Amino acid sequence: MLRTFFAFGLVIGSCSLAANTAFAETPLEVLDAIKVEASATPGFQGFSAAHGESFFKTKHKHDLSCSSCHTDNPAAEGKHAETGKLIKPLAPAANAERFTDMKKVKKWFKRNCSDVLDRECTAQEKGDVLAYLLTVKK
Amino acid sequence: MLFNYKNFSPMLVVGMLAMVAMMSVLHVSSARADDDEDEDTGHRPAVVDAKWAAECSACHVAYPARYLPAESWRAIMSGLDKHFGSNASLDDATAREITAYLEKNASTGKHAVSGKPVLRITETRWFKSEHREVAARHWKNPKVKSRANCGACHSTADKGDFSEDNVKIPK
Repeated sequence: MLRTFFAFGLVIGSCSLAANTAFAETPLEVLDAIKVEASATPGFQGFSAAHGESFFKTKHKHDLSCSSCHTDNPAAEGKHAETGKLIKPLAPAANAERFTDMKKVKKWFKRNCSDVLDRECTAQEKGDVLAYLLTVKK
Repeated sequence: MLFNYKNFSPMLVVGMLAMVAMMSVLHVSSARADDDEDEDTGHRPAVVDAKWAAECSACHVAYPARYLPAESWRAIMSGLDKHFGSNASLDDATAREITAYLEKNASTGKHAVSGKPVLRITETRWFKSEHREVAARHWKNPKVKSRANCGACHSTADKGDFSEDNVKIPK
C-alpha cells in the first residue's frame, strides 16, 4: 500500500514537473508534418539537407538570406539584422527548444520567408531547411 | 482505510514531504519567472500580458503600452505584416489579445496625439524631451545603433524598468 502511495506521488510529481518543461512536438514530428504537406505536391521526392543548406545561405530578395540573422552556423547565436537583438541558435542540436512547437514554426516561417523572399516558402523549402538544420552538430 | 500509518517508515514520510515541498517551490519559482512583476518600481506596467511580453520581445524590447496612445497601437497592430520593414504578423486571436492589452494600458495624457497616429515612440514629444540631455555622439555609438534599442542604455529595459538609476550609457 505504501509503495503504491509513494509511486503515485512520484507519478504526480514527475507529471507536474514535466508539464513545465515538456515540448509540444519534437523536431522530427515537425519535419513529418511538413512532409505531409509537401507530399501533396506531385513529384515530391523527399527532403534534401544539401538543398536546405544552400537555400539557407543564399541571398534571395533585399540582399537577405536566412543566415543574415541566423549566421552561416545555425548552431551559433545570431543577431537580428535590424534591431541587433540576440537570436538563440536555430539548430535543434544547439537549442532544444527549436522546432518543438508547430504554431511557432509556422509563425516564423511565414514572417521570415516574407522578409527574405517576398513570399511564403513552399513545404519543400521548409522541409529542406529543417532537414539541413537537423544535420548541424553543436 | 487508504493506508496504514503504522507501516510508514518515518524516513519515507520525511522524504515524501520534502518532495512535495520541492515541487511547490519549483512551481512557485516558475510562475514568478513568467509574470515578471516581482517588484513594482513605478516604472513597470501595472499589468503585464503574457502574450504581449512573449510576442513583442521576440525581436526587440517589448515597448511598454504607456509610451504610445491607443490610436498608435491600433495602427501598429493592424499593420504587423509590414512592421517597420519586417513581417511580424500574428494569428488573429493573439493579435486581438495584445491589441486589447495595449489599448487598455496606452498613454492617455501628455503624449497622446491627435491627427495621424505616431508609430514610433522615439518621435513622440515625450521621448524627445526625456532624452534631450543625451549627446549626439551617444546616439551614433554602434553599440546603441538605433534609438529604438532601449536596452543599449536602459540596462533593465527588458524587465520594463526604464528608471534613470539603471541607465548606463555605453562607452
